[in-house]
Amino acid sequence: MTGTQTDRDRPAGTPPAARRMPTWLLITAGLVVALLLAGVVSFYASSSPDGLNKVAEDHGFAGTAGEHAAADSPFANYSTRGVDNDRLAGGLAGVAGAVVVLALAGGLAFVVRRKSR
Amino acid sequence: MHVPDGFLDAPTSVATGAVAVAAVGVALRGARRELDDRTAPLAGLVATFVFATQMLNFPVGAGTSGHLLGGALAAVLVGPWTAVLCMSVVLLVQALLFADGGITALGTNITLMGVVTVVVGWAVFRLVQQLLPKRVAMVAPAAAAGALVSVPVAALCFTGLYAVGGQAPVPLGALLTAMLGWHVLIGVGEAVITLLAVGSIVAVRPDLVHGARRVLASRTLEVRDPEEVRS
Repeated sequence: MTGTQTDRDRPAGTPPAARRMPTWLLITAGLVVALLLAGVVSFYASSSPDGLNKVAEDHGFAGTAGEHAAADSPFANYSTRGVDNDRLAGGLAGVAGAVVVLALAGGLAFVVRRKSR
Repeated sequence: MHVPDGFLDAPTSVATGAVAVAAVGVALRGARRELDDRTAPLAGLVATFVFATQMLNFPVGAGTSGHLLGGALAAVLVGPWTAVLCMSVVLLVQALLFADGGITALGTNITLMGVVTVVVGWAVFRLVQQLLPKRVAMVAPAAAAGALVSVPVAALCFTGLYAVGGQAPVPLGALLTAMLGWHVLIGVGEAVITLLAVGSIVAVRPDLVHGARRVLASRTLEVRDPEEVRS
């Protein structure tokens, strides 16, 4: 990437933003990466218990966990209910979650932001 | 590190719930200073990226995995106040839609993963940034240092909460050792992912990265001043 050089090597007086990746392109590329991670790569994630759950099992307090109140959610445990194919069920759940998070967090950021100029 | 319902007793969960509500309330005010038309889209991207990456459990040893928490990553990219909001949105969606992290434990999870990792990650990032050369290239390594420390500190805080409100009797020394042991390893993974993600954004648009503002300002002042005078 030549982007790192734009500030340091730019001759004084040239427009600072001229060679930079446009914001919309950066955000779009980042979202594509996030959707691929949530929708495709997540299938290959480790299914071993995470650090906390492993410790809970080893130290005998895993059993104190209650039934989850949202266990009936259509995406409970990152699997889409009614979809038999594991890869598809997980991928759909991941994409749905990413879209919901984007809408909520992006919306919140736009509401909270300073209106510039 | 999503705490399910039932690990901690009701008073502890209420207390962490109050901490979470207060933190989000303060963050809503603080984030105003960090977010403008240019950086608001990045906040949406960061939250989405944290959600996606939290699905990617990586193995850290015998039958155990870990995933990015993302507090340090978010704090460096969009600022600590906005990071608290991003993390809270992720944890809320995970609890309600994915049954990941208890609903009565939502306050605990926001406190541990949305506040502790952000505060520790940002504090260590700023400290390391002071020690390293004042260069844009140092932003990602400093962020990785914050990420590395943030995970075991969150594990330490969980152990503290468990000491106060754990529902099953567990020897605390052994619990602390096990929590820290696994989460130091998970912290290494957290540091690698943070290094790559922050490094990528810094490489193409350092001007959008909250944690790069100070180093950019000190260096480009002489270049930007004539621009502003002219316009």
